[in-house]
Amino acid sequence: MSQATDTETEAQDLTLVQAVRDGLYGEMQRDDDVLVMGEDVGENGGVFRATQGLIEEFGDDRVIDTPLAESGIVGTAVGMAAYGLRPVTEIQFMGFIYPAFDQIVSHAARLRTRSRGRFTCPLVVRAPYGGGIRAPEHHSESKEAFFVHEAGLKVVIPSTPYDTKGLLASAIRDPDPVIFLEPKLIYRAFREEVPDEPYTVPLGEAAVRREGTDVSVFTWGAMTRPTMEAAENLAEEGIDCEVVDLRTLSPMDEAAIVESFKKTGRAVVVHEAPKTGGLAGEIIATIQEDVLLYQEAPINRVTGFDTPYPLYALEDYYLPEAARIEDGIRETVEF
Amino acid sequence: MTNQGSLGDDASDRVQVLDDAGHVLEGASVPDLPDEQLVEMYRQLWLARHFDERMISLQRQGRIGTYPSLAGQEGAQIASTHAMADEDWISFQYREHGAVIVRGLEPEYLLYWMGHERGNEWLAEKNVFPLNISIAGHLPHATGMAWAAKLKGDDRIVTCHFGDGSTSEGDFHEALNFAGVFDVPAIFFCNNNQYAISHPRERQTASPTIAGKADAYGIDGIQVDGMDPLAVYEVTRQAVRKARDPADEQCRPTLIEAVMYRFGAHTTADDPSVYRDDEEVEEWKERDPIPRMETFLRQRGLLDDERIDAIQEAARERVADLIDAAEEFEPDPGQLFANAYESDTPRIREQREAFRALRERHGDEALLEDE
Repeated sequence: MSQATDTETEAQDLTLVQAVRDGLYGEMQRDDDVLVMGEDVGENGGVFRATQGLIEEFGDDRVIDTPLAESGIVGTAVGMAAYGLRPVTEIQFMGFIYPAFDQIVSHAARLRTRSRGRFTCPLVVRAPYGGGIRAPEHHSESKEAFFVHEAGLKVVIPSTPYDTKGLLASAIRDPDPVIFLEPKLIYRAFREEVPDEPYTVPLGEAAVRREGTDVSVFTWGAMTRPTMEAAENLAEEGIDCEVVDLRTLSPMDEAAIVESFKKTGRAVVVHEAPKTGGLAGEIIATIQEDVLLYQEAPINRVTGFDTPYPLYALEDYYLPEAARIEDGIRETVEF
Repeated sequence: MTNQGSLGDDASDRVQVLDDAGHVLEGASVPDLPDEQLVEMYRQLWLARHFDERMISLQRQGRIGTYPSLAGQEGAQIASTHAMADEDWISFQYREHGAVIVRGLEPEYLLYWMGHERGNEWLAEKNVFPLNISIAGHLPHATGMAWAAKLKGDDRIVTCHFGDGSTSEGDFHEALNFAGVFDVPAIFFCNNNQYAISHPRERQTASPTIAGKADAYGIDGIQVDGMDPLAVYEVTRQAVRKARDPADEQCRPTLIEAVMYRFGAHTTADDPSVYRDDEEVEEWKERDPIPRMETFLRQRGLLDDERIDAIQEAARERVADLIDAAEEFEPDPGQLFANAYESDTPRIREQREAFRALRERHGDEALLEDE
């Protein structure tokens, strides 16, 4: 970025999905070993257009339309990564990632350990996750916890276009496998200024989206927006929320969680994944271990229900929205 | 029965050079190999067989962990590896010790079976990918490695070993399908030893042959007598050549089905008497690759009793030395944390430190106490 310090940085207003595309473009330009592979990513530009135009720029050796086989996509990418390439795979929807689960957890995550570092797996698995887009069954899952539980993987979920490009660049340059989950609900929800030049946002660092003193609200991805909305609404009632967007779920920014909680002594965790076994439990356990004596109230979890994700007619009831998040925060603050 | 060493069109046309007794079949052509290399193959067959016997015995004495026996299958792995260049990659399941022996057995290989990742790390020095315990999970990796070699313009090919059971896994299908579509320089080498633990080959698939499955992927399939080292060598050599430098209209990948038999148990934790008869085992032992190779080499005047004794004695000494050296290895418990990620995450740093303190506080003896 140094070349742009004394002039105005070239930038464009991009949506989150455009920032994915821009991030891929930049990394493919700076490193010939980076390639994109998946279903319909070539001529079609991806079902969400996240790879639009890349095949014209980089050719079909680097933007590869694969047969319809998730395990084959990730499994062959593990071999490519071991050989020295940097494949970025696209799984069309997170609900279709399960055929590749074995390749991700049994192989990508373990290759470095298995070979004592002789082989590494600098692989990115991109997948749009989460609900709210009126999609068929299996298109709305939010199963980040599966991957956070697996040692050897990193898990990233951006919530803004700027972060998306920077975190994706970090994920691609990372020496270890990264699961990069994209909040498809907000793929086109808003625009943000994104520099044209490649840049990185470091993995493992949370971002405080709103500073506050009464309660810390920890969230990520598509839930960041309704959480911010809830925080603004509660401000009118005199409740001052701090909203922390974790951005990377593995490794989690424990220091940021602890720092915020020490300030507020109260916390709420918001995620759209089911409550039981969800990451809210991990965050709360971390707070208990590290800063129990700062705690002034039970920590609330505002999450999806412990049911299979419904078909779309009822999905808006399933997903936490501002009213439900406000209730959860109010309960914690008023304890 | 004898297809003269060419990649035949009919997958059920099993390639064979030696008959069960080790005589060259009429019309079959013997691969054009130097005498020393033929004897070297025999020496390695003996080393593999003796290694196998000692490893089983070490497991019985509690000196190594669970071990998968190789006896009966050595010929296929040794001969196929001879047909490759040293720079070519081998990806194997876990039973294919013969391939490692050709690349040069060292004490480090034994370390894997003693529970140390060091064994897998060492394999890379021999251009062997870490062995893979999950069945067929490595097949897509082999496709990906071969694909990467092609994309990078390297001349290397990849040979991937697996068993008959693997061919029922989804990853077999996906790996061969991708290999065909992207025309990658890979050889899929099925060591069809008739059983996946207890499950017989004919209950694994209704396909008359495994080689015939290649048709579904638009690649070549060939069946070979996997206990005939000369036939395996010839078939693999042609597959290697085609992977590296295909003629017009030729596909690079090949599925080789090497038909063979596992003489021993699936692993040291298995009792094969539950699922197969001794009679069947004895029948297959008639085709043992070692006496077949021995007969062939005696007829060529390359072996006699004296030479055979010396080869066997050398194998015994070599394996004894390997065991002694491997048993001196002391693992570093800190290795637990060393390779989860390139750089320690905050949690791993914390746990590494807690583990260090735990060992200091209690001593290893207390921590390693059973129950």
